[in-house]
Amino acid sequence: MIKVNDLHKQFGDNEVLKGIDCHIQPTEVVCVIGPSGSGKSTFLRCLNMLESITSGEVVVDGKNLTDPKTNINSVRTEIGMVFQQFNLFPHKNVIENIMLAPQKVRKLTTEAARDRGMKLLEKVGLSEKAEQYPGQLSGGQQQRVAIARALAMEPKMMLFDEPTSALDPELVGEVLEVMKQLATEGMTMVVVTHEMGFAREVGDRVLFMDDGVIVEEGNPDQLFNNPQSERTKEFLNKIL
Amino acid sequence: MVGRFNWAGVIDFLPQLGTGLYYTLLISIVGLLIGFILGGIFGLGRVSKNKIVYGISSVYIEVIRGTPVLVQAIWIFFALPLITGYNMDSVTAGIVVIALNSGAYIAEIVRGSVQSIEKGQMEAGRSLGLNHGQTMRYIIWPQAFKRMIPPLGNQFIISIKDTSLLSVILVPELMFQGRLIASNHFNAVEIYTTVAVFYLAITLSLSFVLRIIERRLDIK
Repeated sequence: MIKVNDLHKQFGDNEVLKGIDCHIQPTEVVCVIGPSGSGKSTFLRCLNMLESITSGEVVVDGKNLTDPKTNINSVRTEIGMVFQQFNLFPHKNVIENIMLAPQKVRKLTTEAARDRGMKLLEKVGLSEKAEQYPGQLSGGQQQRVAIARALAMEPKMMLFDEPTSALDPELVGEVLEVMKQLATEGMTMVVVTHEMGFAREVGDRVLFMDDGVIVEEGNPDQLFNNPQSERTKEFLNKIL
Repeated sequence: MVGRFNWAGVIDFLPQLGTGLYYTLLISIVGLLIGFILGGIFGLGRVSKNKIVYGISSVYIEVIRGTPVLVQAIWIFFALPLITGYNMDSVTAGIVVIALNSGAYIAEIVRGSVQSIEKGQMEAGRSLGLNHGQTMRYIIWPQAFKRMIPPLGNQFIISIKDTSLLSVILVPELMFQGRLIASNHFNAVEIYTTVAVFYLAITLSLSFVLRIIERRLDIK
């Protein structure tokens, strides 16, 4: 579903990604871990071209993102994204946040978009918050709305960029719970995270990134219990 | 001292001052409306990635901001006709001056407000598949507009006061009428005080209206 070949990304003279190769299968849940500055978020953001790609190839759902003929807007409709800072639209209430893209991009009628929005709010457990504004919600609730907003486009895959890093510890669980449910339903997910518990429990595969490359990858058991690389061991020792 | 002045006599000149007030308001309102449109266009030009659009917007803004309103007014009324061969009446010229002048400042207000919206808002919109224009229209602009209100109010008040400079190009506005009356009737204190009060009345009412709008828009 996602094929990445020799992906490089440079910011000026600073090479952040130094050749990433990675294939992600449908329904697979891939967790990306690693120290800050390792390029995990940049890698994720290259998958929907929020960052331009310096060289290499990213093919998502059969479409080559680096091909200038590819309509990036239509590719993005199939890739949901959830941000560390939620990025809800503060001037719109919860249901409007969710309805906007389906209406403007998928051309759903107001009723159809509202219907879909309310079902998703129910799914993330926030039906009663539909008419409230993002500023009135807790961080955990905002992030769950953001997940619902992304799902409203009925994407084929979801990208999560440290979805719980900006949350108070007691609010992390409710967001992870929603993500876990999504994974069980068969959503293809790429999750950049510091939540090792989540990676271990929900991830089908874990990628450990450091200094712009994937140092080690494997199923969670193998990677957490029996890391092969020194750098992986060092990192896991520090955080576990 | 106060007894020397004939304040009651001002009443006789109210109709003439009223005419002046009419032109002051006409030029302010029409000029600022056009200025707002110019500001919107050139302000977005200043955040454009297109180098030509950005360049044109920047030249316009820098030229207008870098020259005095008085010079602009005199240039447009006395110099421009010599170049184009087309004579503008003074009121039209006045509107053009206020529109061009406020447009440049409003453009900078628009740019500042648009750029003050967090980068994540654009990213969230684009990640949902909205194109750049849709994201600007539905997400960035409404939020930026709210932030524009206080500096816009400021600019409106400045431009209204700037219309008094248009008396030098013979626009029959408030200050022009005041000067006319005062030089014919030697009642400078009474008339110029009244003129000042008129300007104050306009700007205070505007401040009041803006405060209400600000409160209305400040939903969450």
